[in-house]
Amino acid sequence: MSAQYVLSDLTKTYAERSVLNIADLSIQSGEILALVGPSGAGKSTLLRLLNFLEFADDGQLIFDQQVVTPDLPLAQRRRVTMVFQSPALLKRSVLGNLKYGLQLRGETASKAELLAHLDQVGLADLAQQPATKLSAGEAQRLALARALVVKPDVLLLDEPTANLDPYNVGLIEDILQKNNAARGTTVVLITHNVFQAQRIAQRTGLLVNGKLVEIAPTALFFEAPVEQATRDFVAGKLVY
Amino acid sequence: MEILVTALQEAWRLIISRDPVLFEIIGLTLRVTGSALLFAVVLGLPIGVFLGLRSKESKLGCLAPIINTGMGLPPVVAGLLVFILLSNQGVLGDLQWLFTPRAMIVAQTIIAWPLVIGLSLTAIRSVDDQLAVQLTSLGATRWQLALTLVREARLGIMAAVIAAFGRIIAEVGAVILVGGNIAGETRVLTTAIVLETRKGNFGLALALGLILLILALLANIVLHRLQHEGRHA
Ligand SMILES: Nc1ncnc2c1ncn2[C@@H]1O[C@H](COP(=O)(O)OP(=O)(O)O)[C@@H](O)[C@H]1O
Ligand SMILES: [Mg+2]
Repeated sequence: MSAQYVLSDLTKTYAERSVLNIADLSIQSGEILALVGPSGAGKSTLLRLLNFLEFADDGQLIFDQQVVTPDLPLAQRRRVTMVFQSPALLKRSVLGNLKYGLQLRGETASKAELLAHLDQVGLADLAQQPATKLSAGEAQRLALARALVVKPDVLLLDEPTANLDPYNVGLIEDILQKNNAARGTTVVLITHNVFQAQRIAQRTGLLVNGKLVEIAPTALFFEAPVEQATRDFVAGKLVY
Repeated sequence: MEILVTALQEAWRLIISRDPVLFEIIGLTLRVTGSALLFAVVLGLPIGVFLGLRSKESKLGCLAPIINTGMGLPPVVAGLLVFILLSNQGVLGDLQWLFTPRAMIVAQTIIAWPLVIGLSLTAIRSVDDQLAVQLTSLGATRWQLALTLVREARLGIMAAVIAAFGRIIAEVGAVILVGGNIAGETRVLTTAIVLETRKGNFGLALALGLILLILALLANIVLHRLQHEGRHA
């Protein structure tokens, strides 16, 4: 497996306060990586850097063997998409929202292909409905479909199921796994749900105070953690 | 009370008989206001959109109070400025635009412009901030993002245009100053109302007033329908 991202001594500072400082991390192409940690640990900041929405103050981020700078080519930036905790949808139909990323890229897809994408997230029947009328679970599934329809090499997810009921959580995990298996999409998932990490992630990493405390294959991470902070986290002792 | 009834009857007669003087005034009013609105939108919308996008990232600083003052600019002051510019001794005196519809269009454009800027800025700013982030993460460039947000804010932008229309079509101070209320040349609905009321021609004045009300009503119906459509789009 080759590295999708390599981070070395990557730091991000807001108003002179360091919120992220990652000495060394490789994210493998095609893996599902879960990131856990207390809130304020810098997880979302890390994802924004991986999505090239913001750039590090110091250190190096390599994406697919290319050093990332603020003038990263658009084509590279478009290989990564993200799903957020609360989806922000356009005031268009469900189909219109789905197509948006393709339109940005000047690409088209057949109606059948688009409907197949909606079907995958259980929204085919609602294709013509205004997206503003969707329930929270449906809206998040649409956000997932619109991020996947452009066939990204990397899918980032920032607590995508935090607001959802178990049924929708199951659906979304299923789609993530299928997509990862079928297309080899690299997935980086922030979650507060340790069971979710155990269900779908091949590796899990713990972030505390902007630092990567431990990263290991998921089974090892939960069953034989090395660091005290990880043991506390797994035991539920780390305050969120 | 009787005078109102007589005036209403007179108004109705003038409207249904398609009185030529009345219709000339209506025509000029729509031409002047329509042109001014067009200029104000062409000059104001790009600025409003640009500033709206900017305000999502950083403060507008002293621009906000300037725009607000412009939005509340007393029309008669706008008229005065245009009068000074276009008068024989003024910088633009050579144009010979004073007391022509062109001068009225300039004055109305100046009144409508900050309104279009300020209201379209607000419309863009009121789009959910998260949307801009999420669309960028889907691969939107800055231009694509701007166009998408304009489309998202289209109802607010339409409302801005209609509000500007309502303001300038009902305005009297500036157009009377720079237009001069010359019969057949620069007489519009509002200035005609002033004149006819002074002359005691309440019927004609009221007819003109009714037309003005109807135009405002039509504008609001259009606005309402747009908003209704937007909700179901
Ligand atoms: N745009 C910003 N400006 C200033 N501080 C920020 C900004 N974004 C995040 N932070 C701060 O950085 C820290 C990490 O935030 P975040 O990455 O959102 O953590 P997490 O997602 O792990 O909860 C927090 O203390 C937060 O207050
Ligand atoms: Mg977060």
